[in-house]
Amino acid sequence: MLLKDEVGMLQRVPLFSGIELTKLKLLAFTSDRVNYSAGQTLFRQGDEGDAAYVILSGRADILVDSDTGPIKVAELVPNSIVGEIAILCNSSRTATVRAASPLEALRIPKDHFVRLMKEFPEMTIEILRVLANRLSLTTADLIDARSANNE
Amino acid sequence: MEPSLARYIWTHTKKQQLWILMIVLLSMIPYFMSFDLPKLIVNGPIQGRGFEQPGATQAFMRLHYNLPFIGEVQFFSGFQLDRKETLLALSLVFLLLVVINGLFKFYINTYKGRLGERMLRRIRFDLVDRVLRFPPIYFKRVKSAEVATMVKDEVEPLGGFIGDAFLQPVLLGGQALTAMLFIMVQNVWLGMIALVIVAIQIVLIPRMRRRLIVLGRERQLTARALSGRVGEIVDGIGAVHVHDTSNYERADIAARLGLIFKIRFDLYQWKFMVKFLNNFLAQITPFLFYMIGGYLVIGGRLDVGQLVAVIGAYKDLPGPMKELIDWDQDRQDVQVKYHQVVEQFTADDLIAPRIGALTIDDPEPMTGPLSAIGLSIADDGGAMLLDHISLQVKPGETVALVSTATGGAEALAEAFARLNWPDSGRVASGADDLLELPEAVTGRRMSYASSEVFLFQASLRDNLLYGLKHAPLTSVSYDDASADQHLWNIHEARRSGNSELDIHSDWINYASAGATGPHDLFEAVRRVLDAVVLSRDILDLGLRSSADLTRHTELAKRIVELRAALRTRLEEEGLSGLVVPFEPGAYNKEATIGQNLLFGAATGFELADRALAANPYFASVLRQAGLDRRLYEMGMEIAEQAIELFADLPPDHQFFQQLAFMSAEEIPTYETLLQRLKNRPYDAVSEPDRAMIVTLSFAYIEPRHRFGLLSDDLMSKIVSARNRFYENLPPELQNAIERYDPAKYIAAGTVMDNVLFGRLGNNHPDAPERIRSIVYDILDELGLYAELLDVGLDFNVGASGRRLTGGQRQKLDVARALLKRPDFLILNRPLSALDQRMQDKVLRNVLEEAKRDGHSPAIVWVVTNPAMAMMFDRVVVFDSGQLVEDGTHETLLAGNGIFKELLS
Repeated sequence: MLLKDEVGMLQRVPLFSGIELTKLKLLAFTSDRVNYSAGQTLFRQGDEGDAAYVILSGRADILVDSDTGPIKVAELVPNSIVGEIAILCNSSRTATVRAASPLEALRIPKDHFVRLMKEFPEMTIEILRVLANRLSLTTADLIDARSANNE
Repeated sequence: MEPSLARYIWTHTKKQQLWILMIVLLSMIPYFMSFDLPKLIVNGPIQGRGFEQPGATQAFMRLHYNLPFIGEVQFFSGFQLDRKETLLALSLVFLLLVVINGLFKFYINTYKGRLGERMLRRIRFDLVDRVLRFPPIYFKRVKSAEVATMVKDEVEPLGGFIGDAFLQPVLLGGQALTAMLFIMVQNVWLGMIALVIVAIQIVLIPRMRRRLIVLGRERQLTARALSGRVGEIVDGIGAVHVHDTSNYERADIAARLGLIFKIRFDLYQWKFMVKFLNNFLAQITPFLFYMIGGYLVIGGRLDVGQLVAVIGAYKDLPGPMKELIDWDQDRQDVQVKYHQVVEQFTADDLIAPRIGALTIDDPEPMTGPLSAIGLSIADDGGAMLLDHISLQVKPGETVALVSTATGGAEALAEAFARLNWPDSGRVASGADDLLELPEAVTGRRMSYASSEVFLFQASLRDNLLYGLKHAPLTSVSYDDASADQHLWNIHEARRSGNSELDIHSDWINYASAGATGPHDLFEAVRRVLDAVVLSRDILDLGLRSSADLTRHTELAKRIVELRAALRTRLEEEGLSGLVVPFEPGAYNKEATIGQNLLFGAATGFELADRALAANPYFASVLRQAGLDRRLYEMGMEIAEQAIELFADLPPDHQFFQQLAFMSAEEIPTYETLLQRLKNRPYDAVSEPDRAMIVTLSFAYIEPRHRFGLLSDDLMSKIVSARNRFYENLPPELQNAIERYDPAKYIAAGTVMDNVLFGRLGNNHPDAPERIRSIVYDILDELGLYAELLDVGLDFNVGASGRRLTGGQRQKLDVARALLKRPDFLILNRPLSALDQRMQDKVLRNVLEEAKRDGHSPAIVWVVTNPAMAMMFDRVVVFDSGQLVEDGTHETLLAGNGIFKELLS
């Protein structure tokens, strides 16, 4: 997969969809292309968050540790981003991500991500918008869940 | 050392001084003969005196003397020569005298020079010898750079003076005295005048020079202080930057230089003033002669002939007088310098020479207990660090010294290591005072490591084995030329009172490390490195450095086996994708285009980096392979992409690390270049511009940069260009490149490069880590682990070991102390730079390693954390310079003392 294809993929990630093409290209160029075979871990729950990953091809599972062992909570498909929360708020990984098939991903180091946000406010606003959307969705879910409980 | 320079010189060179004086006197004979000869030549054969008759002859070389009582005696009647023959003979004699005089001068100068150099060597050696014998307290007060400048610069002028020290006054004094006497004989009054003037010169000039001496001393002290400060700035450069004090340092240096300038300028002024006065006095004498002498002549009390003779003789007086006074100035100058230096190198309680005397045979083990008896130690400010401590450490006992912040355990450890001398009380080994024992005992039977590590700028190996180099243990056999050189070295060392020990001998005391020779020393080294958990670091260093193939032959010999083993292992583990190997007939996608073209390691500048594209031969190969245009277009494409991506970024942006093609500074250059070349046909582009662009393509790696510029056709063209490149490689480039060969070790590459013989896949995030551990495994399996460790030991630790981390330095220091297998191992907070977990681990390992093979050294360990005391037989607790608790770990824990408090 070439740089320009990666840029196309990045454009389809909601977080990056509003960002200028040249900036996305720079982001793609300075990020590492990484390949995983099925079963390899991208990162583990509790690790320090040092990068976000954009899935280019293949699938990955999101696993959360529990008393009975890891539970799969979600699946990642191409064009999705994972790990961005940990690098934005300096927290440790809240889940483990493991490749479920041969996986190609773009690894965006934390420094690069933060640096880009600082330099290109339009990107930051875009990210804020997406996060705010997510928050309102989560809030709506929470309200639904509460009202369901109360009934 | 002698306080007086003259005595110092005389003591060490009197024979030589007398000899050279004799030679100088001897040289006077041909010298004066050569004065007389021109007159003989002119008067005799040229003007014809004695050859008035045609065909007249004269005796040549007739030897006859008028002896008292006997009368005329003729030894040789001489040759009868005519006028022309005499001219020739006398001219030849003149030539002979010129040669003889020249030879005398040559011999005398060489002799004086050598004499001076020998003395200089002696003085320097004496000074360093003193440094080696100073008491520890001295080093708290001096700056190393000042000592260095004293040894190197300040004694330097002494060398030039020493040859003339006694010769000059004798000669010049003699000349001046002769002239003086002659004047006296001619006329007492005129003689008296000359004498008075000379007396004024002799009295006045040295007086005026006193100020010069004072200034000279100031100049020396300020210059020394300057070099001390410069040394401090270099050593403390970190502190300077951290505190933004570079301008403070600039101001300080400027102030010092200003002071030095002022002193030097004063010095010049005085010097030339004295010179002026001196010249004036010398000139005023003829004035008096003319006036008073003329008056006497007119009065008829002196005849003209005498006056002319006096004035003539006086011409010979100022010369020697001036030189004599100059000599005196030199003398005072070097005397001051010498005095200044000697003063600095004088200390009351120098370590006696017998303490550091060379001992070849190893001393008996120290079987007595090590004890502190009523020991008190105060720091420089007078505060008590230890107050009347009495403590005994028995052989074989392990003791933890636990200390509160002001406890004083460190001072005790330093006292055991003789680094801190008691103010009262003493430290004893058995019945002997520790300070009276030779270092041959304490330096071999005891070892010491502390948190303040000093490493020499040498390899890790040299630093590790430093603690074993007590005495030259082998005599080196030298062959022909080097044997002569060696004899000369020894002879000269003896003449200058230097050490005659051979630095090229094997100084390593293998037995004390529990080895029998170089072949099994490595085992001991490996064990101590494992004990301090340093082996892995050294292996990493080894992997990253290029091996010295003259030493590590095994690696090169078995490289094929190694590479094969790595491939097999990778296949077994299903990790073949991790490394893409170099294959002579294939393109390696994970390597750059440049690497694929060259397929070798550049060993000279001709084909390295940026020079490659501009190399005419390489360019011609590209042209023949039809690649020149392709790579140019590729370079243009890369330039466009790179500029599009990076042109907006500030030059210090961290993203530039990702841009392998060009540096941030080159972006503007390439921007203009791109605009200029954009629509220009290839043929119209100049050679240098082409090279600029083509060079960009050399750094391209498809999987990393992902511009989509590589095609199968291009790859096969690159491989064929590679073969073409080597087919006709011109002789001048033969040594500029080392071709990759699966069966050959690449001398210019690191060990890792050699084992991999390929590139790590760019897309595997954990590839370096995994490969490294696989490589270690393989090296171990093939028995090459030791070899790699040995490569790592070649690593140069840098000035004061600064290329290692603080933790590594401390570990190395402990390893060095362990390697000696001492009877008493003193460790003074040796691992303070490590985290607690690592400290505990090393502590456990060290206690175990020290006891290997039935050894049971006493171990005194000043611990950084009271919890570590658990591992020791005995725990001693210090507080405010007092020994407050002493017992086993259990008893102290059971009590309610400070130890328990410290633990909680």
